[in-house]
Amino acid sequence: MTETQTAAPPSERLEEQFPGVVTRDERPGYSGYLVPVDSLLDVARAARDRLGYDYLSSVTGVDYFPDNKMEVVYHVYRTTGGPGLVFKTQVPRDDSVVPSLYSIYPGVDFQEREAWDLLGVRFSGHPDLRRILMWEGFAGHPLRKDWKEAYFEEEAKPFKNRWPEGKVYRIEDKLPVGKNAVFPEGFDPERWIPETDAALYAGLIHVDDGGNRGSSPERSGGDGHSIGTDQIVVNLGPQHPSTHGVFRLVVSLDGETIVDLKPVMGYLHRNHEKIGERNTFLMNMPFTDRLDYFCSMGNNFGYALAVEKLMGIKPPERAEYIRIIMAELTRIVNHLATIGFLLNDLGAFFTPVIYAFGERELILDVFEAVSGSRMMCNYFRFGGLARDLPEGVLETISDLVNERLPRRIDEIDAYITNNEIVRTRGIGVGVLTRDRAIALSAAGPVLRASGVAYDVRRAEPYGIYDRFDFDVAVRTHGDIYDRYLIRLDEMRQSLRILQQAVRDIPGGEIQTGKAQYQVRVPAGESYGRVENPKGELGFYVISTGKPNPWRYHVRAPSFINLTGMAEMCRGYKVADVVATLGSIDIVLGEVDR
Amino acid sequence: MYGFGIIRGLGVTLRHFLATYVDDLRWFFGRIGGNGGRYYNAEALAVRQGPKARGIFTVQYPEEKLTLPEEFRFLPFLIYDVDETGKQEDRCTSCGICAKVCPPQCIWIERSNDPVSGRPIPQPTEFYIDVDICMNCGLCAEYCPFDAIKMDHDYELATFDRMSHHIFDKARLSQPASYYASIRPTNNAREEEARAAKEAAKEAKAAKAEAA
Repeated sequence: MTETQTAAPPSERLEEQFPGVVTRDERPGYSGYLVPVDSLLDVARAARDRLGYDYLSSVTGVDYFPDNKMEVVYHVYRTTGGPGLVFKTQVPRDDSVVPSLYSIYPGVDFQEREAWDLLGVRFSGHPDLRRILMWEGFAGHPLRKDWKEAYFEEEAKPFKNRWPEGKVYRIEDKLPVGKNAVFPEGFDPERWIPETDAALYAGLIHVDDGGNRGSSPERSGGDGHSIGTDQIVVNLGPQHPSTHGVFRLVVSLDGETIVDLKPVMGYLHRNHEKIGERNTFLMNMPFTDRLDYFCSMGNNFGYALAVEKLMGIKPPERAEYIRIIMAELTRIVNHLATIGFLLNDLGAFFTPVIYAFGERELILDVFEAVSGSRMMCNYFRFGGLARDLPEGVLETISDLVNERLPRRIDEIDAYITNNEIVRTRGIGVGVLTRDRAIALSAAGPVLRASGVAYDVRRAEPYGIYDRFDFDVAVRTHGDIYDRYLIRLDEMRQSLRILQQAVRDIPGGEIQTGKAQYQVRVPAGESYGRVENPKGELGFYVISTGKPNPWRYHVRAPSFINLTGMAEMCRGYKVADVVATLGSIDIVLGEVDR
Repeated sequence: MYGFGIIRGLGVTLRHFLATYVDDLRWFFGRIGGNGGRYYNAEALAVRQGPKARGIFTVQYPEEKLTLPEEFRFLPFLIYDVDETGKQEDRCTSCGICAKVCPPQCIWIERSNDPVSGRPIPQPTEFYIDVDICMNCGLCAEYCPFDAIKMDHDYELATFDRMSHHIFDKARLSQPASYYASIRPTNNAREEEARAAKEAAKEAKAAKAEAA
């Protein structure tokens, strides 16, 4: 179990730096610091420059509706490891304006836009504060506690009409198409012309060519050697095979060279967090499977950690080992798929994917045998697991991690690594430098491929990761090729952990206490984070002691890694966009939530 | 040498390509011995889907189907016991735990009332699951204290009309206990044992009370 909020000496220094300004958060179950909104920028700058908290992990808001307050919560860490620093600022709910930290931590870009979109916190000084997950024809800010959807059943689950009266009905009969949406006042979807696209395009960097190039056919390439080019805007997606889902990239091109790029997301948005705040704590577990559906075991792990921290319980020894085994198998599944799809994006159509999926299939069989489902595992419980490993599964895992997978990973290495096309497309393309990777809050393989040895499993060990012998994989160039190589490295490290875990796993119970469907979660806040295959996955949970969480926020690595996308693409060719996106490794279920 | 990496990679492809045929031949010669070949053969399918698999691993669905692990879950179903006289009795007592724990809230239970006294009796009049909403998470089965609702293995549920077919009622959901024992033998044996132990403890307690 990690102890993020222990009062480490550096945190005390924050108080000393701002005597009388920064106060400790004294609410029971809370930790960190309260910062007045006027001095937020100074405190953030001091945290980064003087205290060394260079990595911003999460920004989110909490709507304290009864107190008429809106709180913005920042979690910052050091890339050298250790516990984090939490600071919060409170503003009135009706007029919630907070200075943007964009100038200090550029990685807040999408997260602040998300907080604006869903909670209506206005970040002054943000360069491009538009909605990000919702569209412009959406009325209100859905995560505000007084916001209600068009068909509102009840404040929280379980709904009372399900039992004992149980008169069944179909929600779509009560809510036919046409009545299932509310628009802002004066908004007519039939007549709407998407002005936001104009704003979006205007937000792109435009190279002023002084009207010299491309304006007339005579002038373009007039010297007879070079071809004149025009600056155009191209939309990649939303429906495009290379976007790994429904995702859009607006690219501004000068010829074939990328001038600027903006990702547009939200097409799969379902407001996971609002659903989560209606659910009971346990009900959220199967919903976390649907975030990054390649890594449902990892998602379960993060959420279980966050709630266990609040409850103050720990799983028994055997459950800890099984958790590690499942999390590391998930990493292998994910990286195999990533490498396969990256090769797809590079044009090696489906042969590498099929080889990768052959191995992935065997691991999914293990997941199916233990949890009942190949991808939507729903296997972790607070203080343990849903069930023990069935007979024979441990032997299968042992066979896989000791015999088959090491050889298959070597085979993929031999198959792809020295391929000249992969090297040419990958080396020196889509570069994200070390400093920019940290500043842009990149996480996971993307961060480590840029030369930052930051891995939550080592930086702030959770579960029983501190007992295993493994190395944090690091590559230094930050290009597409290194982001490919680091996934091979990580799979090999995962195999090392797995071999130790399978060897050492003890017998015994898999659940602390009795398995309960109504868990009692004491009031307070907690931030549980895990090193998911795609990066740092965090769950920020606030309990008020009720059966439902008051706030449930997901720090989604795929979403935040996209912040660096424009940086990686500028100056390269349009064909590299697809490969760069493939090397970041996103899953739209997690990006859009 | 430029291009060597590609050639080496193609060697891997070639090896995969040949592996399927080598495996095919192995099973072909096995067939003379009477074991049935690489496809349409349960033994070969188990190898093709296991950690010793070589070559192409596709399954010839629907002629071939994957063997499901016992824990595999799809939709929930209700269990009824059949006594010696052939009378069916639902295990469900309509306590409502499954409806309360269900994350998407797809379970509707109508509790029975005694026609004379009007008091609730532990039997569901109706039990509905909207299978379009069900997310197959298995929490209902996990937290049912009476082993009355369990997850089914049947995944071939395509219908022509979702409007009229996708709210399953009690009749559609109910299965005999023997069916449950056939799809989940280990779980069933464990639960039977626990129930028998509970019964025995109860009887012992009653006997003790009588003696005292």
